[in-house]
Amino acid sequence: MTLSPAPHTAPGSTGTTSRGAQRLDWSWLGLVPFAVYIALFLALPTALALLTGLFDGDGAFTLDNIAALGDPVILATFANSTWVSLLTAAIGAVVGALVCYAMLGLREGGTVRTTVEAASGVLAQFGGVMLAFVMIAAIGTQGVVTRLLADVLGIGLYAESAWIYALPGLIPAYIVFQVPLMIITFMPALAALKPQWAEAHLTLGGTRAGFWPHVGFPVLAPSFLASFLLLFANAFSSYATAAALASQGSQIVPLQIRAALTSETVLGRENLAGALAFGMIVVVAAVMACYGLIQRRAARWQR
Amino acid sequence: MRSALSPSARWIIGVLVGTVFAVPFVATALFTLTLPDGSYSFERWLALADPANAARYAPVWTGLANSLVLAVVTVAIVLFLFAPTLVLVALRFPGLRRGMEFLALLPIAIPAIVLVVGLAPIYLTIGRTVGTGAWTLAFAYGVLVLPFAYRSIQASIDAVDVKTLSEAARTLGAGWPAILVRVIAPNLRPGLLAASLISVAVVLGEFTIASLLNRQVLQTGLVVVNRQDAWAAAIFTLLALTFAFVLLLVIGRVGRVGTGRNTP
Repeated sequence: MTLSPAPHTAPGSTGTTSRGAQRLDWSWLGLVPFAVYIALFLALPTALALLTGLFDGDGAFTLDNIAALGDPVILATFANSTWVSLLTAAIGAVVGALVCYAMLGLREGGTVRTTVEAASGVLAQFGGVMLAFVMIAAIGTQGVVTRLLADVLGIGLYAESAWIYALPGLIPAYIVFQVPLMIITFMPALAALKPQWAEAHLTLGGTRAGFWPHVGFPVLAPSFLASFLLLFANAFSSYATAAALASQGSQIVPLQIRAALTSETVLGRENLAGALAFGMIVVVAAVMACYGLIQRRAARWQR
Repeated sequence: MRSALSPSARWIIGVLVGTVFAVPFVATALFTLTLPDGSYSFERWLALADPANAARYAPVWTGLANSLVLAVVTVAIVLFLFAPTLVLVALRFPGLRRGMEFLALLPIAIPAIVLVVGLAPIYLTIGRTVGTGAWTLAFAYGVLVLPFAYRSIQASIDAVDVKTLSEAARTLGAGWPAILVRVIAPNLRPGLLAASLISVAVVLGEFTIASLLNRQVLQTGLVVVNRQDAWAAAIFTLLALTFAFVLLLVIGRVGRVGTGRNTP
């Protein structure tokens, strides 16, 4: 080891390093536009969002807004966001995983799989406001399904209250984008299950029914958990569907941020949006960090 | 895997979930076709094209025009900022690759609703200096499409040996601009096309940032029209979702033609 530096400092190689250094100068410049862009439109807004919560209207440092996160009203919205996200993530993860299982025997690139994947992409990523309209047209108070149920079966969906415009109404709408997201994220993990494992399992005397509890589930568990966390983060940070659907009040955190941004004063405080954003990013970042850790473990079984 | 699958269970799951997911969309289609007296007609669909109703649906048309401009500028950001940077990283700074990967995942971990809190003061400054043109929102949208663009472009870069290609071109006397435009870009075409299409889809579906910065785009226009005419909003929704679906189908096709290895 002590001898190795000598050949590197030989006169012949210094020429190439200095030429390399010149090139390096030029190539670093190529990264500058992207770095500036990311700094201005990703790093700066994130920093501003996190920091505004720490200052009051006059620009003086304060922990007042952060303390507002402990307010019962705010705590209730965080609790609402959490249970809606947990519930829809759980339903989405289970149903989505079942759909992936159902698609497993289909050829990759076949018509059915391409169609399901494209449809899942649309619903999972681009639905937003439009999913709210679809839900209102289907199961709104004047929706087609609502009237069908009332006319044919005599079931009144809204006998108690117009829950679709309140917190429970978010659940069916969220499931419409959670299940497709699960299909997109979980399908690669399921497709990576090797046929040889099933064959080996059978060769070693296992039964067909025994494959899933003994081989399939243990191998897939990390991927499933990672996808579940991604679904949770997705529901927790989703704004558009709720904004178009919930007409009364601000039951979840993103809607509370909207109220804070548009009316300036929630609970009589300025800059509360920053504090809410701070609370939100703490939750989502923690979930995504777990996602990263688990995903790394899951990657062991892929390829 | 076939040995561990039960065909009947797969069929039951497929049909059941497929039906449940079809219900809201079929219901929406019926919703737009049902007249107040209970009869069915395409009246409402035809009314959209009627010039007499132009003023009524103006928010959607203005929003669509703005969204299309935004889509073009966002695609330009993807093609002329993200793609060259990724190629440069692949050629000269392979050590930065993990960092880029992390950076490209950040916009997923930072919710748009959080980003908008910080974007509001930035766009106040932009409004004072550059102006409040609709296209300026594309800077924020570039960040939103970064994860999707990164994935498609990087997959294309990994599929071809950009290093050897660029060295061969340099040996033959090409300068860097010629290498980028005439050698590398054609080889990355599937990735660049997929990244562009998915950017268009993301921009057309974006609501959070536009609405909280008081911009007029397709989705905010839909919300405005929905307040007066829920049927028109439902029709536009079906059209927009179908359009996005077709875009993604094309991406699926392009991706497969591009890699060419997935054929069993």
